[in-house]
Amino acid sequence: MIGEFPMRLAGFPSEVLPPARATPVVRTVLTREWRGLRRNRGVLLFTVCTLLFAESFLRLTGSAERALVAMLNLVLLLVPLVSMMLGIISWHGAREFTELLLTQPVRRSRLFLALYLAQVLPLASGFVVAIGAPLLWHGIPDRSVWPLALSTIGSGVALTFVFGGLALLIGIRVDDRLRSVVAGLMTWLVLSIGYDALVLLVSTTFADYALERPMMVLMLGNPVDLARTIIVMHSDTAALMGYTGAVLHRFLGTTLGSASAALGLLWWMVTPAWLACRAFERRDF
Amino acid sequence: MIFHLTTPLVSVRGLSKRFDGHAVLTELSLDLHRGAITAIVGPNGAGKTTLNKAILGLVRPDAGTILFDGRDTAGRIDHRASIGYMPQLARYPETFTGRDVLSLLSELRGKGLARDETLVQAFALERFLDQPARALSGGQRQRINAAAAFLFSPQLLLLDEPTAGLDPVASGILKRAIRGARNAGCAVVITSHILSELQELADTIVFLHEGRIGWQGAVLDLFNATGASTLEEAIAQLMQHGTLVDRGSASA
Repeated sequence: MIGEFPMRLAGFPSEVLPPARATPVVRTVLTREWRGLRRNRGVLLFTVCTLLFAESFLRLTGSAERALVAMLNLVLLLVPLVSMMLGIISWHGAREFTELLLTQPVRRSRLFLALYLAQVLPLASGFVVAIGAPLLWHGIPDRSVWPLALSTIGSGVALTFVFGGLALLIGIRVDDRLRSVVAGLMTWLVLSIGYDALVLLVSTTFADYALERPMMVLMLGNPVDLARTIIVMHSDTAALMGYTGAVLHRFLGTTLGSASAALGLLWWMVTPAWLACRAFERRDF
Repeated sequence: MIFHLTTPLVSVRGLSKRFDGHAVLTELSLDLHRGAITAIVGPNGAGKTTLNKAILGLVRPDAGTILFDGRDTAGRIDHRASIGYMPQLARYPETFTGRDVLSLLSELRGKGLARDETLVQAFALERFLDQPARALSGGQRQRINAAAAFLFSPQLLLLDEPTAGLDPVASGILKRAIRGARNAGCAVVITSHILSELQELADTIVFLHEGRIGWQGAVLDLFNATGASTLEEAIAQLMQHGTLVDRGSASA
């Protein structure tokens, strides 16, 4: 006869267990994720690669402003791609663990917020360090470069949040990992490249009409376009702005144009994450 | 026949759930009592996992209620503090160590909550608790999983294929822990395809078939109803012959 463990009496919780009390779910999960950051290869690889790019551009161009402009495509293409792919892969990789966490006395909305922040904050921090550190150790840039540096870093961080939210939305809505990855890649492709083609098509097709207002509305539909506009508005390289950005710049000027684009980007930071949270709350696991 | 003098810890009433138009659970009702080990068996797709997940709040029922200690669980989370769950798949984020997992679960339940580390010690988890999940074998992760389920002296233990991936020694340790929990007054629910293991552990059998309860009652009653001498034979008969459902229900 096999002996039995003297497990603690579990039958009558009100007498045995202390009353359940609210726990800071977001802080708890974030702290754990943060401690595990040194083992997160994806985030570390992204940070190191971005840092190497930034360092190389600074050395090659010899100017902070030119290096930041050269890094424009890195910010507009690589940051969304990495945020999207890491977000989807992490979601599917941790799905069973997420289920385990959901069996604990935690609210789904709180857990979602924790998982979302645990996904985007390390990437955003990695980006800030990777762009900011080389700028600093090459000597603090001239004050005139600060708006461009801050808009580059701010836009990169914003895109991390936008595409992190989109990644979770796709991961939660599409069960199959492969289809999820494909949906993520398609979304990235459309927003990073395809959308510009659409804008160009609309602008050439309706060239005889006054398109300024529709173009500004169209620009709000693309966070990458918004980020590009914010960055380029603070540089002298207006040619990189794109059609919609140029329209915004012409009609609203640098300050108001940047503020409008920033508001648009803020909307993009909130909306996909909010939709993902709703999907998470309603989902059957 | 098992008579329970206490009110059930969990009462499931009229539970229905459909996925993509396909009925997975249909007006299912059952009680889970303290101090009893209930085995939920049935063919693949019978609704075993969905039933467990509905009790855990992972799946939202289309209809029906689940009462935990007499209170409706709909929209509540506090009852989960009294549940220990051991999923079939023990997967953790690769950046987490076993210690991270146990600490995170402890913190989510509330700091200062007493931990029952009987299984942590019995499984000698200390040896690999600080290794990242990617460096752990399936069996090691499953042991951490088991220890996590028992960690907070739950009133209800939901164990999904608990010994899958465990070596015979670890499996024996877990079975002793399951009996210990039952004797301490815990309601234990096991879903497993290893019927010899269920015969060894279970007090009550719930046979699910196409989302409905085909038979439920004490293990001995099932043997009497089917004339089988092992649980494997009895369940095989239940799966093959619809007529036994009626005989079993009558005897239960």
